Amino acid sequence: MTELTVPVTGIAAARKGKPNLLLTLWSRAGLVTRINLTLFVLVLAIAAAASWLAPYDPDAQSLLSRLKPPVGMPGAQASHLLGSDQLGRDLLARTLYGLQLTMAIALIGSLISLAVGTFLGIIAGYVRGWFGGFVMAVVDIQLAIPFTLIALVVIAVFGNSLPVLIVTIGLAGWEVYARVVRAQVLAVSQMPFVEAAIAAGAPHSRVLLKHILPNIVSPIIVVWTMTFSALILAESSLSFLGLGVQPPTATLGSMVGLGRDYLASSPWIALVPAIAIMFVSLQVLLIGDWLRDALDVRLK
Amino acid sequence: MSKPLLSVENLSISFGRGDKAKRVVEDLSFSIAPGECVAVVGESGSGKSVTAFSVLGLTAFNGGRIETGAIRFTRRNGEVTDFARADEKTLRDIRGDEITMVFQEPMTALNPVFTVGEQIAEVLRRHRGLDRKAAKARALDLITRVRITDPARRFNQYPHELSGGMRQRIVIAMALACAPRLLIADEPTTALDVTIQSQVLDLMRELSREDGMALLFITHDMGVVAEMADRVVVMRRGNKVEEQAVDRLFAQPQHVYTRKLLDAVPRLGAMAGAAGPVPFGLDPKLAASSRPSGEPLLEVRNLSTWFPIRKGVLQRHAGDVRAVDDVSFTIGRGETLSLVGESGSGKSTTGRSILRLVRPRSGEVLVEGWDVLKLDTEALRVARRDMQIVFQDPYAALDPRLNAFEQIVEPLVIHRIDKGSALRDRAIELVRRVGLEDEHLERYPHEFSGGQRQRLCIARALSLSPKLIIADESVSALDVSIQAQVVNLLIELQQELGLSYLFISHDMGVVERISHRVAVMQHGRIVEIGTRQQVFEDPQEEYTRKLIAAVPVADPTTRMTRKAAAKIIEPA
Repeated sequence: MTELTVPVTGIAAARKGKPNLLLTLWSRAGLVTRINLTLFVLVLAIAAAASWLAPYDPDAQSLLSRLKPPVGMPGAQASHLLGSDQLGRDLLARTLYGLQLTMAIALIGSLISLAVGTFLGIIAGYVRGWFGGFVMAVVDIQLAIPFTLIALVVIAVFGNSLPVLIVTIGLAGWEVYARVVRAQVLAVSQMPFVEAAIAAGAPHSRVLLKHILPNIVSPIIVVWTMTFSALILAESSLSFLGLGVQPPTATLGSMVGLGRDYLASSPWIALVPAIAIMFVSLQVLLIGDWLRDALDVRLK
Repeated sequence: MSKPLLSVENLSISFGRGDKAKRVVEDLSFSIAPGECVAVVGESGSGKSVTAFSVLGLTAFNGGRIETGAIRFTRRNGEVTDFARADEKTLRDIRGDEITMVFQEPMTALNPVFTVGEQIAEVLRRHRGLDRKAAKARALDLITRVRITDPARRFNQYPHELSGGMRQRIVIAMALACAPRLLIADEPTTALDVTIQSQVLDLMRELSREDGMALLFITHDMGVVAEMADRVVVMRRGNKVEEQAVDRLFAQPQHVYTRKLLDAVPRLGAMAGAAGPVPFGLDPKLAASSRPSGEPLLEVRNLSTWFPIRKGVLQRHAGDVRAVDDVSFTIGRGETLSLVGESGSGKSTTGRSILRLVRPRSGEVLVEGWDVLKLDTEALRVARRDMQIVFQDPYAALDPRLNAFEQIVEPLVIHRIDKGSALRDRAIELVRRVGLEDEHLERYPHEFSGGQRQRLCIARALSLSPKLIIADESVSALDVSIQAQVVNLLIELQQELGLSYLFISHDMGVVERISHRVAVMQHGRIVEIGTRQQVFEDPQEEYTRKLIAAVPVADPTTRMTRKAAAKIIEPA
């Protein structure tokens, strides 16, 4: 824990674009966080390298070796490390490919909702007036419409492709950010330090970027970590309705969906991807916690 | 002296564990006799509030630990309980019944979703076991006892419907519900206006006399001490430095620290004979004070700022709050004009209107002949270089995410005045100017004390070499001794740099120290304006006289005579 006591001049330097941002953040991480970060990087690397690591084509069926349990259970086949599904597809290969696609969808999707929601939330909170009211009205309306209905309309209009899916999922989460960010901006912009900056002649862009945004990072990160796993599940529910990624392409969510019918007889078909989802979500939560603290100069 | 009601013996309290454990109270002893008022005085961090909580048996609840010592309390039945050892059940019985507490902030001490009458009645039902009807009758009695008129109506009101002074009376009524033997008051009037403060103090003293109730008064305000206490315990960094009867303490303070505290107390009338501001610690009659040139820097003409009141679903415009109503004054170069008045009188809004932080409805604000209210965005940005503001709460006025260097140089960066090493040099010059050190530049706001933060705010305001600084209650949140230092700094800066100040404050003592001229505001209007001598020595308005009379005087010998005088002024 000695790293924690090292004086860090930290975020200030980091904001000026000096190269030690990662080092600084790393130095503020405890042992658990460091292990977790290492594992997360590993997961990303594995997901990226899925096509090289996978032992089989994920969609190749082999009816002769269907419903094989993972190694270590009776009746397992050594060639299928994590077992196989009802069509004899290798679960390890499918999980690796599924991880790749799911991570891409969830990461990009959540970043889209983060960017859109934060941007609109800031404007709504800072400018207020009719635009702010309009944004909040849209938020309320979207919260009232079931997500699947929106997805149905979007996909019916724009067709079913991966980019459309990602954007749809991204647009599903923005309203939470907008709500939270607007409330935070309303509170922070009433603070005397913001008035002091305005009184010193700071233009709006500076007030927003330099004073307000850094002070509302914590709740944004908290929302991000909480919606990340929800996005993974949103994708799977879309896939289940036939609106998401089309079969036989694997995503973690759709794999859980396909394993549903065999839950009693061959539980591993659903469990293997489910454990992967749980693992990734947990990692993201821990990373969010760490980021929130590491970016806070008050908790040195 | 009779048997003490409460005796604290060799009490030591610490917070934290292991290596991080910190002694907050060290070997403290004092006692309170029945019916006596003992004041514990000290600056923030002196351990006075921790002491108060320990007397309620709440040390562990606050995360502290009693290391040694005893807190012996004589109960109604004559039994003596030691709070350091008593079990939670006994403590609960004593708390709220035999010992009660009044807090600083009446708004947070009351539950916003219950009527105030209900809250008083609840105490009675809990501790006295009264039924609904009896509790209500007794609660109405109590509301009358704290001198609130129309108790039946007040009973059904919610805390937000009452004024600050009224709320504090309700809190006191709750505290009195079970006729306690000891009332602990933790800065009970700090959050209130002076006029309200004096009423609440009077009330507490009268009530304690009527019931023979002892008072343990926690405060940092020597004026309040002089008004209230029979005996005074002065604390510093957890240690008792002095304990004396109140008149002896003020007449012959034994400890250097006590003397320092007393010197820092603004004494109304101490400035008689001096024309301009004089720093604390200097004799006004001998010190040379600055004299403004007389040439006007700021001219405010017929300034009005109204806030709309909106009602209903459609946000219909239902009327206006005239926060600032047709206000005119001028400030000369190198001059300090103080704006005094109670909260809600519109003094802060006036300051903010001048800076155009709020948009005035009409009027002119002329700075060297330019009307600030007519400037476009770009011209306004430039004009703001001449006027800076220092806020009340130094904790909220600094961006928690920027270090001191970034805070101070921000105005320079915004106006692209300096860059790189020039910026560094200027920042160093500024921190030294306000009495901080170079290495402070790397620190973040949370690493500074309140006084140091306010110095940082002043450094930031100075960075653009402004001509006018609006100090909006800038020293009100600081401890007395720190307050004196910051006031002295402001006076020094004025003499050196020829600054003009609009000094907004409710503290008449400080105002008397720092001002050349004084304007008194009430309900958004200036009711009286004149030189300091005119306003303080020969006030023309009823309201001004009331404000001055309400200030607690740090001299226990004048207590009675002043009370008599105040009664004449306010017949109600």
